[in-house]
Amino acid sequence: MTIDRRAFLAALGATGVGALAHRSVFAQPSGAPIRIGGTLALTGPFAATGLVHKLTGEIYVDDLNRRGGLLGRPVEWVLKDDQSKPDVTRTLYEQLITSDKVDLLIGPYATGSILSAMGVAQRYGKMIVHHTFGIPKLAKYDRQFPAWSFGPVPEVTTPNLVLDALAASSHPPKTIAVVTSKFPSVHFVSLGAREVAKKRGLTEVLFLEWDFGNRDFGPIAGRIKEANPDFIWTGALGLEGNQLLDAMKKIDYAPRNHFYHFPAPGPMVKAPEANGALSVTIFESHPPYTNNPVAARFVDEFRARATKANMPETSVDTQAAASFSAWQVIEAAVTANKSMDDKVLADWLRANTVDTIQGKLRFNEQGNFGDDLNRVKQVQDGKWLTVWPKDWAAPGATLRSS
Amino acid sequence: MTFPSFTLLAQSILAGIFTGAVYGLLGLGLSLSWGMLRQINLAHFALAFLGAYLTYQFATYGGLDPLLTLLVIVPPFFLAGIAVHWVLTRFQVTPLNSLLVTFGLTIIIEAVLQWIWTADYRRLESSYAEHKFQIQGVYLPLPELITLGLSGGIALAIWLALTRTDLGKAIRAAAHDGPIAAAFGINQRALALVLSGVNAALAGIAGVCIALSYTLAPSQIYSWIGVVFACVMLGGLGRPFGPLLAGCIIGISEAITMAVTAPSWAPLVSFSLLIIVLLLRPGRV
Repeated sequence: MTIDRRAFLAALGATGVGALAHRSVFAQPSGAPIRIGGTLALTGPFAATGLVHKLTGEIYVDDLNRRGGLLGRPVEWVLKDDQSKPDVTRTLYEQLITSDKVDLLIGPYATGSILSAMGVAQRYGKMIVHHTFGIPKLAKYDRQFPAWSFGPVPEVTTPNLVLDALAASSHPPKTIAVVTSKFPSVHFVSLGAREVAKKRGLTEVLFLEWDFGNRDFGPIAGRIKEANPDFIWTGALGLEGNQLLDAMKKIDYAPRNHFYHFPAPGPMVKAPEANGALSVTIFESHPPYTNNPVAARFVDEFRARATKANMPETSVDTQAAASFSAWQVIEAAVTANKSMDDKVLADWLRANTVDTIQGKLRFNEQGNFGDDLNRVKQVQDGKWLTVWPKDWAAPGATLRSS
Repeated sequence: MTFPSFTLLAQSILAGIFTGAVYGLLGLGLSLSWGMLRQINLAHFALAFLGAYLTYQFATYGGLDPLLTLLVIVPPFFLAGIAVHWVLTRFQVTPLNSLLVTFGLTIIIEAVLQWIWTADYRRLESSYAEHKFQIQGVYLPLPELITLGLSGGIALAIWLALTRTDLGKAIRAAAHDGPIAAAFGINQRALALVLSGVNAALAGIAGVCIALSYTLAPSQIYSWIGVVFACVMLGGLGRPFGPLLAGCIIGISEAITMAVTAPSWAPLVSFSLLIIVLLLRPGRV
């Protein structure tokens, strides 16, 4: 895929999305700061990912202020630690609105906390842009906007995308095993995968569910080995994918084709047994994503700051890209309307599209979701590479199947 | 429901025994502390994870063999256990309050782990992980065998120490009836300090085993608490082999459940077992 640089920059200018551009072009912001409030999981079980969002937000706000801020005023990010707890998130968003009196809201990390924040935002009529909400049908509030664009029915579109990719490979699967955590964000998509596979004529040879927090994957690995499917759909969250791979390795079983919904990207890419593992992504740190100059500069800046912060993962992927996109959505809405009125901004977002580093976002379907911008990525020789659709594939990369 | 093959069943039973060995090792110190010192030490789990992280650090960045890290970890943990017990007795903390105090200590240790190693996942890459034995199509990974060996060996050593040595008999006597034991010249306070040190050292050893087989994250401290408490209660307080046997029973029952039915039923089986035992033998705890 090629992008016309001039057309792209013109589009950026039109939507006010000049993120990470050079500072000398812009006047310095002045006046009282515009305060954007939000929480992140800076401690607790989600903190590893929460810190990715924190770093991304810091990069964006620093750059936004270098570019002149919003409406000529500096931007202040009022960030609080929700400890990975939805109940704490609810309290903190109340504080942000009533005590800190922030002008705008940005969402916390993870579905549970976003739901909590969404309830508070709804009570006060505030617009909230969030980056990691996993269950579109639960997004009932009309002034909430998801910046992670995977469409209103991921339980249909995501399995179809992955099975399309495999169908076009050299070894299209005929049998499938669906094994899944019962964690809500992945469970409903796994159930959708069963239906989609059935409609596409694949024979389901195994279906297993486990409770989130399961530690012993040995028996599950054993059952997969006995079923020996052509393709394993794994509704895994975080480390579960690694734990299952580890258990399969211990019994000398190497899956032929295997997909993980929300893997911990760093640990998975580093595990030798994960070679060939598939997942979905909205962004990876390679062309054609980085043909976008804003994205390219963000990737460089993220890598530099993540390295300095001693973070184990320094590449931009789905999490950081969704987070960056959320900031882009806020900036685009405020700049286009020259307003911070929540109703005005929400109405504008539902009627317009926003260019982000993951692509063009729209917010006019169920739950204000728009297009499914997911692509299929694969671990190849210690790297995550996008392999499908072909026009988003990393240079020279094709899906490896067996 | 389809009945699993012999290989799957045997592999699952082994997986259950291996998991039970970790439960047993983690539960041993907890059981001794609860049964003999009347302290419910939740910080035992946090100490185990501190041990696991130290193992990761020494092995990954210090180049030390993971098992040799025991030499570095066990002595300071012994001293830390003594210090915690001294504080608890100095302020006359009751058993219920010990639960709260050590929960607070757990949160502090978790915060320290996150501060030093961040919330990111850490995985110890050791040469042990590459070794496994195969018998009739059933695999026995070396790290799990080491854990089983340590768990069984330590339970035996503690049992021998408690039943065959004067020190052990004195500890049991003090736990059974402190004033009478004191009347016979037993220094209850000193023995309690030693036992606390041993319990903390056991947490350190469990930590080494956790690092050998599991990926680490600070918040995972809490994921072990429920099932290990179940093992301690099933196995009986203060009984060296109790947590190991109960751990294996729970581990095997969970593994067979996962092999035969839905894996999501596994926790129901283990905790149903606990409820049944508590109902049938109410005086166990």
